[in-house]
Amino acid sequence: MSGENWRQERKTLLATLGPPLFWLTLFFLVPLAVVWAYSFGRNVGLTEIEISGTFANYAQAIQPLYLGIFFKSMLMAAACTVICLIAGFPVALAITFAPDKAKAWLLLAVMLPFWTNLLIRTYALIAVLRNEGYINLTLGWVWKQVGLVLNVPPFVPLEMLHNNPAVLFGLVYVHLPFMVLPLYAALDRLDRSLIEASLDLGAGHFRTMMLVVVPLALPGILSGVLITFIPALGAYLTPDLLGGPDSQMIANVIERQFKRANDWPFGAALSFLLLYLTFVMVAVQALIQRRRGAR
Amino acid sequence: MSRPADDDGVLAAEIADAQLGPAEVSAAVATARPRRNSAGPLDYLQRWPLRLWLVIVGLFLYVPLITLMAFSFNDSKRNIVWRGFTTDWYVKALTDSSLLEAFGNSLSIAALSTIVSVILGALAAVALWRFDFRGKAAFEGAMAMPIVIPEICMGVAMLVFFARIMPWPQDLIWPFNLGPIVIAHISFSFPFVAVVVRARLASFDRSQEEAARDLGATDAQAFRDVLIPHLKPSLIAGALLAFTLSLDDFVITFFTAGPDTITFPVKVYSMVRFSVTPEVNAASTLLIVLTVLLTVVALRFQNPKEVAGA
Repeated sequence: MSGENWRQERKTLLATLGPPLFWLTLFFLVPLAVVWAYSFGRNVGLTEIEISGTFANYAQAIQPLYLGIFFKSMLMAAACTVICLIAGFPVALAITFAPDKAKAWLLLAVMLPFWTNLLIRTYALIAVLRNEGYINLTLGWVWKQVGLVLNVPPFVPLEMLHNNPAVLFGLVYVHLPFMVLPLYAALDRLDRSLIEASLDLGAGHFRTMMLVVVPLALPGILSGVLITFIPALGAYLTPDLLGGPDSQMIANVIERQFKRANDWPFGAALSFLLLYLTFVMVAVQALIQRRRGAR
Repeated sequence: MSRPADDDGVLAAEIADAQLGPAEVSAAVATARPRRNSAGPLDYLQRWPLRLWLVIVGLFLYVPLITLMAFSFNDSKRNIVWRGFTTDWYVKALTDSSLLEAFGNSLSIAALSTIVSVILGALAAVALWRFDFRGKAAFEGAMAMPIVIPEICMGVAMLVFFARIMPWPQDLIWPFNLGPIVIAHISFSFPFVAVVVRARLASFDRSQEEAARDLGATDAQAFRDVLIPHLKPSLIAGALLAFTLSLDDFVITFFTAGPDTITFPVKVYSMVRFSVTPEVNAASTLLIVLTVLLTVVALRFQNPKEVAGA
C-alpha cells in the first residue's frame, strides 16, 4: 500500500471512529468512571464528596440487610427467568415451525407488547390486579351470582397488588418477549433434519425436545436466559409500582441512595456491585459459548 | 436499553428471510397435498396443546393492554364498571397542557436523539466493519456496555455526570433545556443502531466500492453513492429503533430530568402513583397506537416483498 493510500485510510478511520468514540467516552465511560470513583468516597457536607479510597461503602453494602436485598433480587430475577423460559419455549417452538404467514403474525404479536412503553404495561397490570381491578370485579360478580342461590358471606377482594407475587407477575409480564425472541432465533437456525431423524428413529416428541432440540439450541437458550435475567435483576419500575414495602429490589435501594437518602457514595458502591454481577454473568455465558465452540 | 441487542435488528430481517426460506417450500408442499393430511411431524402449530398454550400466553400478554385501551372510552370517572362509550377522556388528555407539554418533550427528545444516534451508530458500524485498529476489541466491548448494563446504573451515572461534572445551565430555551435527556438517550441508543447497521454491512460486497473508486470516485463519493444506499434499510430500521427506545425510556430519563423537563413516561409515572384514571388510559392508548404504527412501519421497511404484496 502506498503512503498516500495509507494516509487516506487513516483519515477515514479517524472520521468514522472519532465521533462515536468521543461520544462513548465523554457521555458514557466518564459518567460511569465518576460513579466508580464515588463508590470509594465519603460524604463531607451536604453535597461535597471526598474520594478517600475507602472501602467503607462496600463494607456497608455487604451487611446482611443489603446482602439480603441482593439475594432477594437475584431470586426474583431467577424465578422470572425460569417462568419465562417455561412459558416462552413452546411459544418459540410454535413460531419456528409455523407456516410463513402465521409466523410473521405471531412474531408481530410477540413484538408489539415488547415495544409498548414499560410504564404503560405496568399501569395496565395495576388496573387488572388492584382491589377494584378487573379480576376482583369479575370475581365479585361471580360471587354475587352465587349469593343469589346460596347463602355466602360478602365478597372480600383478593389482595393482588403491592406484594411479592405481584412483582413476580409483573416481571414475567414485562420480560416474556425478551425470552421468546432469542429462543425463536436459536430454534430457527436448527437443522430440521436432525429433529426429523430423531422422530423417525422412534423417539417421542418430548424425548426429541429434551435430547435433540434443547442441547442443540443451548447457546440460544443461554442468551435468552441472560437477556431476561439481567434486566429483571435491575428492574426498578416493576417493584416500585407493583411491590409493597417488603418487595424492594436492588434498583429501588440504589434509587433511594441517590434521591431521598442522599448517600451517593453508598449508592455508587451498590450500583457497581450490580454492574460486577452483570459482567460476571456475561463472562460466564461467553465462556460456555466458547467452550461449546471449541468442542 | 435492556433490549436484546442483535434480535431487534436481526429479527425483522429473519421475518423477511422466512418469506423465501424453507417455510415457503414446505408451504408449497402442503398445498400440493390434501389440506387435512398436511400436518407433518413438525407442524407444532397444528397440535392442540401448543395452540392452547399460545392462546393462554396471548391472553396473558394482551388482556391487560386491551382492557386498558377499552376503558379509555369508559364513561365513568372511577374507571371500574363500564358505563357507556365516550371520547371525553381523549378530549381531556389532549387539552391537559402539562400532559401535552410532556408529550411534546418526549417527541422532541426522541427526534433529536434519533438523528444523532443514527449518525454515530452508522459511523461506529463502518469503522468496526472496515478497519482493524489497536484497541478494536476494547471499543467493541465498550460499545456493548450501554446495551448490557442495567438501566439503573446508567441512570445514576447520568445523574452524577450532569450534577457534578457537566452541570447543565437552568432555564434554557427549548430545545436546549432537554439537553441532558437527549445526551443520555443518544448514549444508550447509538450502540443499538450500530448493531443493526453492522448486520447489514456484513452483506455488502466491497468490490462495489472498489469499482466506484477505480472509476474515479473519491472516498467520500463512494461512501455517499455506494455504501449509504446499501445501508439505507438498516439506517431506517436503526432510526425507528432509536426513536422507540427513546420514547419508551423511563428510568434513565427519571434520573436526568429536571423539574421543568417532564417527559411523557415521567408524567404518566406521577399520575399513576396518584391514582388510576381514564385520562391516563386515554394518553396511554395514544402512545400505544403510535408505537404500533412505528413497529409496523419498521417491519415493512425491512420486508419490501410485503410492501409490494400489500
